[in-house]
Amino acid sequence: MLLAIDSSTGTSVAVVDRDGGILAENAVDDTMRHAEVVGALIRDTLSEAGVVAADLSAVACGMGPGPFTGLRIGIAAARAFALGAGKPVVPLVSHDAVAFAWYAAGNSGDLLIATDARRRELYWSAYSGVTAVGLPVRSAGPGLSHPEDVPASTGSRIDADTVSAGSLGMLAELTWAAGASFAADEPLYLRSPDVTMSSRKRVTA
Amino acid sequence: MSAGTLNRDAPLVLGIETSCDETGIGIVRGRTLLSNTIASSMEEHARYGGVVPEVAARAHLEALVPALTSAVAEAGITLDDLDAIAVTSGPGLSGALMVGVGAAKALAVALDKPIYAVNHLVGHVGADILDESGTPFEYPTIALLVSGGHTSLLLVRDLVGDVELLGETIDDAAGEAFDKVARLLGLAYPGGPEIDRLAALGDPKAIRFPRGLTLPKDMAKHRYDFSFSGLKTSVARWVEKQEDLGNEVPVADVAASFREAVADVLLTKAIAACVDYNVPRLLLGGGVVANARVRSLATERAAAAGVALRIPPLSLCTDNGAMIAELGAQLIMAGHAPSTLDFSADSTLPVTEIQVR
Ligand SMILES: [Zn+2]
Repeated sequence: MLLAIDSSTGTSVAVVDRDGGILAENAVDDTMRHAEVVGALIRDTLSEAGVVAADLSAVACGMGPGPFTGLRIGIAAARAFALGAGKPVVPLVSHDAVAFAWYAAGNSGDLLIATDARRRELYWSAYSGVTAVGLPVRSAGPGLSHPEDVPASTGSRIDADTVSAGSLGMLAELTWAAGASFAADEPLYLRSPDVTMSSRKRVTA
Repeated sequence: MSAGTLNRDAPLVLGIETSCDETGIGIVRGRTLLSNTIASSMEEHARYGGVVPEVAARAHLEALVPALTSAVAEAGITLDDLDAIAVTSGPGLSGALMVGVGAAKALAVALDKPIYAVNHLVGHVGADILDESGTPFEYPTIALLVSGGHTSLLLVRDLVGDVELLGETIDDAAGEAFDKVARLLGLAYPGGPEIDRLAALGDPKAIRFPRGLTLPKDMAKHRYDFSFSGLKTSVARWVEKQEDLGNEVPVADVAASFREAVADVLLTKAIAACVDYNVPRLLLGGGVVANARVRSLATERAAAAGVALRIPPLSLCTDNGAMIAELGAQLIMAGHAPSTLDFSADSTLPVTEIQVR
């Protein structure tokens, strides 16, 4: 059983079980209130699932790509929860959860997923299908581009407004069961911090 | 998570502080400091000459779990032993604050412990309780909190119940002014220690730089407020004039004169508050307390005014998690209920809001 958290778009929290599926899932789609809502979402989702921290085997965490501020809050929450519960964090690429759900629903072929990166840019990932056990195969990305530079989709395209922690959690369960590897344990900001280096300016003319 | 069962005599509290560039994790039991772990991203900001909010926020995320782990080990406790979690809700850099807030909430839920969302500035005052060098101040006290992020003068009648903001900077924080002047003198970041070092070799009376908001017309409206942006401009103008004249800039004299202007205005206003409110106690806090002249002038002026002065050790003056933990512990000991899980980070949280519900 896993707690899953994704804050790459809004804030989504789920408790999933490999056999029982998604036991509870709650989300706040607002992309500006992650810090405000993440605590209550975790508390409520655990209690809806009738689960306490000790029952979990790990915490699945969406590492993005996603806008910095919100993304970081979900990762901070996942890491802190895992530390408190004495469980490991299993990191995943957030787009993979969207792809996983799409293929699991019976779709096939190439897939391109795009999410909002603000400043008129998109985060994107391309998929070519699934493995024998149903894990999505990412063929390119995640990347960050202006809309016109996003690779043309050779199959279907999803412009996702939300990433479901339930899908993320189920993907983590399957990845675990298949012995496949998880993502790197680092946030996918895909953008350097904004730094405006002001040079020393004269104050007198 | 019921507050009714809380240990209110000597609660074991873990505090999380991420309002600026220090990731601070502190653990206290009642009034006793068990751990004060600080990870700073200062070096990452050095090449920019000031704190870059996004750089600070990224560093908090990376430092958080290692700092929590080492604080718990140093305190010789387990997370399950804790009675409560305390976290800085504001004021500060919002992206930075949110890392601590998100982590603190999740930790509290994982451990099923109550959470106290507290005010960073009031936390600086609470740090005094952990100073083992003497009996902490009774209240009321005036508190002068000076750092790269804030310059505030507070009247504290009750740490957990009654804190009033008398004044604050209307532009740059004093620490920021040190950084900016250091930069225009070609010195490294952070500017405070560099200016302090050079100033020791210079003449503080060489140049009479302006004392912001001390003219009679300003004092009417801004009696306890500070302004350092005019001072910074005045230093720049003076330096440029020397350069234009082809003179070598007497860097040590500029540093000493600038430092004197900052220390003078800080202490003039702080002592005035002590006198006006008839409060014979002054507490200093914030990273600028590391400045040798601020400390020595505080000692002189306080003695002359018959004001008792307290300066906690530097590790408790700079931003840290122990002061946040202690403010949480004080709230618990005073019987306050925990915060709900719904609070947010508030970059402009007023000092009157000691705890955010
Ligand atoms: Zn501070």
